[in-house]
Amino acid sequence: MSPLDRIANVSILKQHDVDKLYKVETRPGPGASDQFCFLVRPRVRTMRFIADIVNADKMSGRSRKYKIIFSPQKFYACEMVLEEEGVFGDVTCDEWSFYLLPLDEDIISMELPEFFRDYFLEGDHRWINPIARALQLLNSLYGPFGKTYGIGRCAKMSYELWRDLEEENESEGQGRKPEIGHVFLTDRDMDYVTALCSQVVYEGIVDDTFRIKCGSVDFGPDVTSSDKSIKVLLNSQDKVFSQIRNEHFSSVFGLLSQKSRNLQAQYDRRRGMDIKQMKDFVSQELKGLKQEHRLLSLHIGACEFIMKKKTKQDFQETIKAEHSLLEGFDIRESTSFIEEHIDRQVRPWGCSLLQLTHPAPADPCSPQVSPIESLRLMCLLSITENGLIPKDYRSLKTQYLQSYGPEHLLTFHNLKRIGLLTEQSAGETLTAVESKVSKLVTDRAAGKITDAFNSLARKSNFRAISKKLGLIPRLDGEYDLKMPRDMAYVFGGAYMPLSCKIIEQVLERRGWQGLEEVVRLLNGNEFSASGSAGGLGALGLAAGTSYSALPYPDSTVEDNPAWESQRVVLAVFLGGCTFSEIAALRFLGKERGGKGKGRAQVGARGSWRCSQAVLSNQHQLSRGEGVSRHTAILGSGRGRGWECQCYPTALLGH
Amino acid sequence: MSRVRADEEEYWHSSKFRAFTFDDEDDELSQLKESKRAVNSLRDIVDDDDDDDLERVSWSGEPVGSISWSIKETASGSTGSLDGRDSSLQKGPSSYAALPKQASSYSLSSLFKGRNKLSSFQSLSDALTDTGIKNYAPELRRPKAEYKICSLERFRSLQDKLLLLDEAVAGHDGNVITAVLIFLKRTLRREILFRELEVRQVALCHLIHFLREMGEQKFLLDLLRFLDRTEEVALSQYREHLNIQDVEKRREFLKGCIGLPFSAEDTSHIQDHYTLLERQIIIEANDRHLEMAGQSELFRKYPRKASILNMPLVTTLFYSCFYHYTEAEGMFSSPTNLKKTFKIPDKQYVLTALAARAKLRAWGDVDALLTTKNWLGYTKKKAPIGFHRVVEILQRNNAPVQVLQEYVRLVEDVETRLNLASKYKCHDVVIETYRDLKDRVQLTAYKCKVERGSAEEEKIQSILSNMQIRWKN
Repeated sequence: MSPLDRIANVSILKQHDVDKLYKVETRPGPGASDQFCFLVRPRVRTMRFIADIVNADKMSGRSRKYKIIFSPQKFYACEMVLEEEGVFGDVTCDEWSFYLLPLDEDIISMELPEFFRDYFLEGDHRWINPIARALQLLNSLYGPFGKTYGIGRCAKMSYELWRDLEEENESEGQGRKPEIGHVFLTDRDMDYVTALCSQVVYEGIVDDTFRIKCGSVDFGPDVTSSDKSIKVLLNSQDKVFSQIRNEHFSSVFGLLSQKSRNLQAQYDRRRGMDIKQMKDFVSQELKGLKQEHRLLSLHIGACEFIMKKKTKQDFQETIKAEHSLLEGFDIRESTSFIEEHIDRQVRPWGCSLLQLTHPAPADPCSPQVSPIESLRLMCLLSITENGLIPKDYRSLKTQYLQSYGPEHLLTFHNLKRIGLLTEQSAGETLTAVESKVSKLVTDRAAGKITDAFNSLARKSNFRAISKKLGLIPRLDGEYDLKMPRDMAYVFGGAYMPLSCKIIEQVLERRGWQGLEEVVRLLNGNEFSASGSAGGLGALGLAAGTSYSALPYPDSTVEDNPAWESQRVVLAVFLGGCTFSEIAALRFLGKERGGKGKGRAQVGARGSWRCSQAVLSNQHQLSRGEGVSRHTAILGSGRGRGWECQCYPTALLGH
Repeated sequence: MSRVRADEEEYWHSSKFRAFTFDDEDDELSQLKESKRAVNSLRDIVDDDDDDDLERVSWSGEPVGSISWSIKETASGSTGSLDGRDSSLQKGPSSYAALPKQASSYSLSSLFKGRNKLSSFQSLSDALTDTGIKNYAPELRRPKAEYKICSLERFRSLQDKLLLLDEAVAGHDGNVITAVLIFLKRTLRREILFRELEVRQVALCHLIHFLREMGEQKFLLDLLRFLDRTEEVALSQYREHLNIQDVEKRREFLKGCIGLPFSAEDTSHIQDHYTLLERQIIIEANDRHLEMAGQSELFRKYPRKASILNMPLVTTLFYSCFYHYTEAEGMFSSPTNLKKTFKIPDKQYVLTALAARAKLRAWGDVDALLTTKNWLGYTKKKAPIGFHRVVEILQRNNAPVQVLQEYVRLVEDVETRLNLASKYKCHDVVIETYRDLKDRVQLTAYKCKVERGSAEEEKIQSILSNMQIRWKN
């Protein structure tokens, strides 16, 4: 599903006199309409494509009107291409400032698939403006934010730009009751580890297996046990899904079978009904039950498929290896596991070749294991260990290139550049030298030096951070996944998502005090600011007058009931987030929400995910044909994150 | 869902709707009016602009690099052009008039964006439901975005240009940074631009990204060379092979890549890439011929449906183990030749060969592959990948129990062996293992699992009644 499908389907476009639809990159037929309207992302490649169409028309003497609508905004470079291609005056351009796509009650996505690559790999700041504008939009919709925290360079820049925008443009949100208490901006590169782990909460595992696009998933014939695929919208309105989405996969079966028993019981009630009762039953309940039945069988089908697939892929062993990496034990063993993982891809590759020589096997579970899986494990090894030992790096790289193709040389180069897969260098001490040197020279030259030391500056320091924040829960006895005691349940009790832990800590501490060491290990760039446009004279004053009745929670009003309205926390992940992180934040919101007032409440937040998208980005890095989806993700919420979980329970009680 | 789909189907093929026209709000008169308005309001801004916090002052007395300065420049330029030029006014970039609403003195981005337009949806849930759609849809028909860029032509001194660039970088808007860079690229000599960018890393990233997107390879390589990023030069050139479809040409291109300044390690990878493609071309030509001639039974029985060109090395090895297993080492297509040429590790080789031969159900080859002879001439089974893995591969290819159990027997770890044996019904192995473990209880229990009256049952019976075994239970 594409973002456009979510907001304007074919019939709506029809109502607006759109005659025919084409995907960009397929040429419209020659007899097509006299007016073309291109709804596109601002990409150079697309501009060339459009220019080709226009020029071809010109050559053949055909006159048409052309309009390009850029979403979310127009880039200068795009217009330049149009100018260069000689079609500048022939097309008219418009912008569709489409910044936020609400995917669920507590998830908003910006649907910017290019963001991750453009910013983190290429260092291009082009998407910062859209992010700032999205913040501005949220600010105007929900009233001024109470307090803003953030960490990461992009977060900081986005915040600054947003503040500038607010200052320029007195927001229409003024005078509104603030609905969002806290905003937390975080760069994806603050925590790659979480995005690299296999997901085990239901929504995450569904995403890893089937890919959730724009909140919707395509369940194939193997799941639907029919001969066609079904598109299913996965959100809190799906009564079955909303109850299992945040659960550890191991608890899902139990919940599903309990649900089917309940359903059965409800169906069974019709026995012994008199005519009138029966009539009511059919008119009121049956439809709902049927719907639930359908959903239930879909999710059971999905679970079966996942189980089959995961068993084939030695999921258990993969998880074990990941956990050792997170904890820093048995690194040798994990390294050889990864090596074997690469080698084992022989099988799928062999299969894919044979599928071409022989009829495709009927077994749906002979998955085309993507080359990404091994890469993901390698990256996890590298990040947790601050880089691979040179010997390992070379041998894994060689084997990878042999298994998946030599052109992945480019992939490895990109991964190194972005800091996801690096080689430990001999000169560990250079960082100290670097800081000394930069003190001695001018700022400009310092930039150059920093660049030279870049690979070293990007140390992940995961081990130290993990220790400082206690990300690996100490095990006393079994971790009860059904009754989770902390966020670590989203990774089977083995690890708490770093990104979420930081959010929790900062909200709890009302700032970064006491987290100095962690911040230093994360390379700084943290900030916190109170008020919507904190520190800005005119607006600050305006805000002050408008909200005199609503004190900001940053002062001493911890137990003030007004604080209630500030429960909603907006977590913004710049560069995408995983469903595991969303689940962890929902858990946090539920837990804190229940513990009386005055504490930081993560009512909701959200985002969209991309553990694999992050990686598929990586994978595509070499070719620059990133098909990967969304990335700059904006999570937001309305404090209903946890309510939606209670809802189905209430339903069951009936 | 299906109804919608049918709808779509129909929609894609039908053509009975009357399209709206863009003309409504877009005629030249309104364009002209708008530019006039733009210029007028521009003056207002310039006139009462007095709160510049920048100290650098240009020849005109305005602080250099400030927006008001550039606006003034633009303003005078476009006022002149108002009467001089015709209605193409709105179109040429040189006549862009900047009109940010309440432009602050340091936000360049406001020059590139029009007034901020907020969509009018009320809440998240509204947007989730149908009403959100209605709120978005009118956007499609909005008259036109107020999107203008100020002319940069007036920034002529190097100092001005650099100030402009630094301002842009400080504004965090990549679009603006790129726009300024495009201008600098056009108006500065390469060496000077490169020199200045070297100390401006953020801007440099933007330029490199822009050049990549535009496909200005030559310029990019010049830049990277200037920066002494030799490895990137090499990689950027190597990357181009992906755009070459013709294999012969690609091969030639890769040959040229070998001499590029890669790291020593990567040079050997590039060399391998070239050699691999060279081999694949030879093998492909040969096999296509063989297949066409229809004389090879193997090709008749298992026709190739994909070409081996551009496949990874391991896939190539699999292919050659499948179709060319018995060939002498001298042949390019023989597996042993591939193994030698590319120094494929033993493990990888055995794994691949095993998969290929098992696929063909050539159990003899599998046996030979795993058999080694020592100097005394005794044979021994050896698997560099572990026998449990061997069993897994064989099983996946539906190896008969007789074949399978031979290898299950060789699995070292007792528990794994028992597991595999009972999973794949290698009864003999299970029985023997329990016997060796002297585990009477388990063996007795297993008796129920074999078929009544079968040879296996008999075997268990005879072992159980063997008085010589000292059972541990």
